[in-house]
Amino acid sequence: MDILYAILVDPFVQMVELPDFFLQVLWEGFVAGVLYALIALGFVLIYKASGVFNFAQGIMVVFAGLTLVGLHEKGVPAYLALILTIGVMGLLALAVERFVMRPLVNQPDIILLMSTIGLTYFLVGFGEFVFGGEPKQMITTELGLPTGSTAFEIGDGGLLILQHIDIAAAVIAIIMVAVLAVFFNKTRIGRALRAVADDHQAALSVGISLNQIWAIVWFAAGIVALTTGIMWGARSDVSFALEIIAFKALPVLILGGFTSIPGAIVGGLIIGVGEKIGEIYWGPLVGGGIESWLAYMIALIFLLFRPQGLFGERIIERV
Amino acid sequence: MNARVKHVELHADDDGLNPGDVMLKLENVSLSFGGVKAISDISFDILKGEIRAIIGPNGAGKTSMLNVINGFYHPQQGVITFRGQARSRMQPYEAAASGIARTFQNVALFKGMSTLDNIMSGRTLKMNKNFFWQVLNIGPARNEEIEHRLKVEEIIDFLEIQHIRKTPVGKLPYGLQKRVELGRALAMEPDLLLLDEPMAGMNLEEKEDMSRFILDVNSQMGTTIALIEHDMGVVMDISDRVVVLDYGRKIGDGTPQDVKNNQDVIDAYLGVSH
Repeated sequence: MDILYAILVDPFVQMVELPDFFLQVLWEGFVAGVLYALIALGFVLIYKASGVFNFAQGIMVVFAGLTLVGLHEKGVPAYLALILTIGVMGLLALAVERFVMRPLVNQPDIILLMSTIGLTYFLVGFGEFVFGGEPKQMITTELGLPTGSTAFEIGDGGLLILQHIDIAAAVIAIIMVAVLAVFFNKTRIGRALRAVADDHQAALSVGISLNQIWAIVWFAAGIVALTTGIMWGARSDVSFALEIIAFKALPVLILGGFTSIPGAIVGGLIIGVGEKIGEIYWGPLVGGGIESWLAYMIALIFLLFRPQGLFGERIIERV
Repeated sequence: MNARVKHVELHADDDGLNPGDVMLKLENVSLSFGGVKAISDISFDILKGEIRAIIGPNGAGKTSMLNVINGFYHPQQGVITFRGQARSRMQPYEAAASGIARTFQNVALFKGMSTLDNIMSGRTLKMNKNFFWQVLNIGPARNEEIEHRLKVEEIIDFLEIQHIRKTPVGKLPYGLQKRVELGRALAMEPDLLLLDEPMAGMNLEEKEDMSRFILDVNSQMGTTIALIEHDMGVVMDISDRVVVLDYGRKIGDGTPQDVKNNQDVIDAYLGVSH
């Protein structure tokens, strides 16, 4: 009975007793979720347009962040560095299209996946070669991002503290998602992107240039990576360890669906909030540390019942 | 009658050719994959406004022929002239931009997308409002989208597929998928339409429908059509001229009647006694 009480009742009692703390946990989870969602978004973009799971998305986040900070260290003003970094991500997109995607047209997905793993190692080596391996401080203030925090009073004497940078991250993420969702679903290029994902040959036959589409989509993923790099870098620092967060995107994608932009967002938020609440309220029951695997558990359960995710395209198979 | 007038409007491009002029000309085209000769030294032409059938036993090189015409394959030898211009190593999307549309032997539709979106994708080349407007999806890009939607609705009416407008095409029966694929090709308002076995796997009724659509496209929109088909009844009924391939070589070329009486063709289809 004690066990049941500890699992089913006690955590909720705690939540009600300390509402300010509960809200703080929710908020932390929400912010982490937004960042997961941003990473997942990068994956979804490329997956939608080419059916490729882009293993390199995580390192692209690091690479974009390093380029930005690295340029600034060399004496380039912050905003110019930002513009130059966008340029670098554009060049990267063109290079990936020309030297990785184009020679591999019509190859099986697994080959394309392998090529993105290759790209990952290339970017790790290249990034370390150019910018060195040490963690760097994100140039938050120089970019004009807010740094302070605001405290709200909750109930009698409780405090909810919101970091301004987190609020900014949420707002930017929401805007980005809205633009991308409309772009994908309502426009010619968006339709062309989906067409390419479905059938390369047929897409070519209606006059869609694969090269152009791939360059566009890798560039978009690069911009998302840069945004993620700035936001995540501002909370910790920019280092190659960030690459690992890419794996957090996996459960998010499974939950939200590999092909859905809103799915990436909802999935990110569920994982982010679920992780934090699970860790704080249920974690102590098993000695803590469940944050690192809870997301994968949730994803596994989802795979059993809804393999296409919450919002993924339905899997249609006529036999 | 009104409906017909509308359909004539669908084909707005004027390529400066009169009916009967040579639209596409292939001269001594050869294509091989490694040591395998898919097409050897084939020459024929397609005239504006005609329905040109390409027939031949399995493995004769018919589909390779279409792939050469729309740029999927590049022949090692020979000259291809489209509307008076010789072309070299044309990419499929460039062929599409120059007015060549096609359908595939094994339906190649965008399965996750609706009928409407599939056909809209055929308008890709006709839509050119810039990237910036599209990202925002306002103003000019939105108006353009609506304008093209109207054209697509005409095609949907023409092919009598109104009822499946919003259905993901992966769910449709085969015959309807073929029809949607034809719709996507028509949305490109092509000068030359390549159909790879448009009636494969269809029952009699579906074949009759498809034949009617092909004839209507040809007569009402003035589209030149090259088609591969195995059903000889259909080929003899709807085509103006027929080219016959066997083992990558051309063995017959002429009106359906000529071809029917050609001894080489009869041998290829029925076999020769040794």
